[in-house]
This record gives sequence, structure tokens and C-alpha cells, in this order.
Amino acid sequence: MSKYLLDKFLYTVDRDPVLVEQYRSEPAHTVDWWEREMANMLLNSHVGEKSTWLSFSEEERRALVEQDHVALFELGAHPFLTLTLFIAMFERDHGPLEYQIAYARAMDHLHLPYPDIAT
Amino acid sequence: MATVAAVIASTHHPFYYRASTSTGGDRPPFADEWVAKIEAFRATLTRAEPDVLLMVGSDHFHQLWLDNMPQFLVGKAPFFDANWYNEEREFGLPRLRLAGDESLAAFILRSGLDAGFDLAFSNELRIDHSVTCPIITLRPQADLPIVPVYTNIFAPPMPQPSRFVALGRALRSMVEAWPSDKRVAIIGTGHLSLELGGPRQFGPHGPDPEFDRKAVSWIANGDLEGCLAEVTLDSLHAPGNATHGFMDFMLMMGVAGDGVKADYVDSLDLFHTMEAYFTWYPSGGPS
Repeated sequence: MSKYLLDKFLYTVDRDPVLVEQYRSEPAHTVDWWEREMANMLLNSHVGEKSTWLSFSEEERRALVEQDHVALFELGAHPFLTLTLFIAMFERDHGPLEYQIAYARAMDHLHLPYPDIAT
Repeated sequence: MATVAAVIASTHHPFYYRASTSTGGDRPPFADEWVAKIEAFRATLTRAEPDVLLMVGSDHFHQLWLDNMPQFLVGKAPFFDANWYNEEREFGLPRLRLAGDESLAAFILRSGLDAGFDLAFSNELRIDHSVTCPIITLRPQADLPIVPVYTNIFAPPMPQPSRFVALGRALRSMVEAWPSDKRVAIIGTGHLSLELGGPRQFGPHGPDPEFDRKAVSWIANGDLEGCLAEVTLDSLHAPGNATHGFMDFMLMMGVAGDGVKADYVDSLDLFHTMEAYFTWYPSGGPS
């Protein structure tokens, strides 16, 4: 389990307009590239100071590649990060609030306590 | 010494800017009532004639991140740029630049550290909608210097609710001890019940109207005892998964004082979440 790395993916993609579009249109390529090149980057430093130990589990990689927001929630990804990025990618294909409501309905089988989001 | 000209606690709804500025078919049916309530709320700050705004909010994973996460942070800089790309994208928020009051920030950092709060600080802080929403609603001319105080209501582990209250009490004392003739308004924003990214999000009301009713009563009456008796880090999961933002309201109850009723109370039941607005005049109220 690497909730921190899931969150790091969602965070770094969501704040970059180019990556948002790239992840929307080419999720498998984006996740593969990101895990190889970005997963170990310290966010305020250069490539020479990369970390050495961060990688996704199979389940996490699949959830990101399939853009499966329910699975990401169940894996403990921070719900605010997932929601914000997924609204950026998919709200445009729907009417007002339609996407946000459908996003919630896909999670109706989930009940308290929700998965722990502590990293 | 400085005067606490007003204490203001508010929700920070990022949709207000777009709702209030939209026209024609884009204008939501609730916009006019919302604008009227905000304008009345704004008048409570205007009447207090503040010189400086001490603003309590929370970074939403913009500048503060899990590789280096402070619990309480004070911004000390001559200027604060504001709002981020993803807030422009999702909420249509404008970019802003606010002046900072470095003298007050330095005083709060020094006195906070000496009072037992190990405050983090930032000398280059791009602030987000937790601070800019109340600027837009309460002081849209954005002409006053600010000191931002960020709290972690977002990334567990978080401080206990009682710690937020204690920091609020301390901030009040610190402002009152600031050797200045300025009038300081202390403004903080948080949430009532709120769900983001879970099954209860974007409902016709906030996810827990009963919690909202109790919360408004606690705040309006300054009922810290009742609030602290019920609210814990664990209990806040029940009203909605983003309800830990209520701890910033608890901080503001600490600023306002135990048992001190708000001089102004209003609320608005919207889809998704309830809006709530409170103002106290510690110095007896403006003439």
C-alpha cells in the first residue's frame, strides 16, 4: 500500500494543465511515464536528489490506469484530490452537476467508516 | 495596543464568486438571495472599520503538501499572490494579490511560539480560496493587508479540536497585546457538514442537516462547552468526510470567547452544504 504515492500522482497531475489533459486522453501512458520519471522526484529538488523506493502496487496502478475513482477511494487515496482531478477531466462531458452526482451514485454501496486516508 | 474590531466566522464556498457574477440563463436561482445575504454580512465587517485582517483558513493541497506538512502556519510576507490554476479551472476564481502585514505576522509568530504553539511560517505563500473567498465576500476591494494563518484540517493526523480552540484564544490575546494602534478584524473560515469525493457529496442539502443545526447553535451562542463535549476527531467523520473543516469554526469560537453570543448570525441552506455567517464585536460594537 502506498497511499502517499497515489496522492502524489493525483496532486502533481491536478496542478498541471498539461498533465490533466494527458491523463484524460492517455491514462495508461501517463501512469507508466509518471511512475518511471516522477514518482521518486522530490517536489522541490532536481533529479539528482530523487528518492529510491517509491512505486505503485498492482492494484493502485490498475485503479489509476482505469481512472476508477471508486477503487481509488477504497484504496485510501485522498477523496478531495481524486474529486478535483476527475472533475477537471470529466465534468466537461456532462451537464451542470451531472458528473458530480453520478460520481457519488457510483459509491452508494460504501458506508462509514470510510477507508483511512492517513498516509 | 491593537483593537479587535470584529471577529468573523464564515463558511468559504468557492462557488459564490461564479454564482454572484453570472447573468441570464447562467445565473442560478439561488444567486440573488445568496448575494443579499453576503452583502448584509459584508456590512458587518465594513462597520467595524478594520485596518488589518488576520485570516484563518486552510490550504487545500496547494502549497502545503504531504512531504512537509505543518499543522499551523503563519504567512509572513509583504505580499500574497492568491488562487491557483485548479481553482480558476473549477470555480472560476480570479487571481488576486493582497498585501501582508509583516509586523503583525512577526508578532504572532514570536508570541505564539512563546505561548506554546510551535507555529510554522512561510515567507512566500500563495494563498487559496479558504482566504480569498472571505476577501471576495467580505472585502471585495481587497485593499487591506492580511496575515494568513493556515490550519491543517485536511491531512490526518490533525491536531485535536481543543487545540484549535486554544489557538483561537491565543490569537485573540496576541492581537490584543500587539503594540499598535491598528484595528484588527480576525476572520476565519471553515465548513459545517461537508462531503467531498464520497457517496454523500452534492446532495440537495449538506450531508448532515442535524449537525449543521447544532453547529450553528454552538457558534451563535459561543457554546464551546457543548461543542467540545460532542466534537472529536473521530466524531467529525459522521457528518461528512470533509467536516474536519468545522475545527476552524471552533478556532473562531476560541477567538470570540467562551459563552459570547455572536452579534450577527445568518445561514443559507444550499445544495451540497449549508452556508453560515457570524460576526462578533468584542469592543462593544461599532457606532
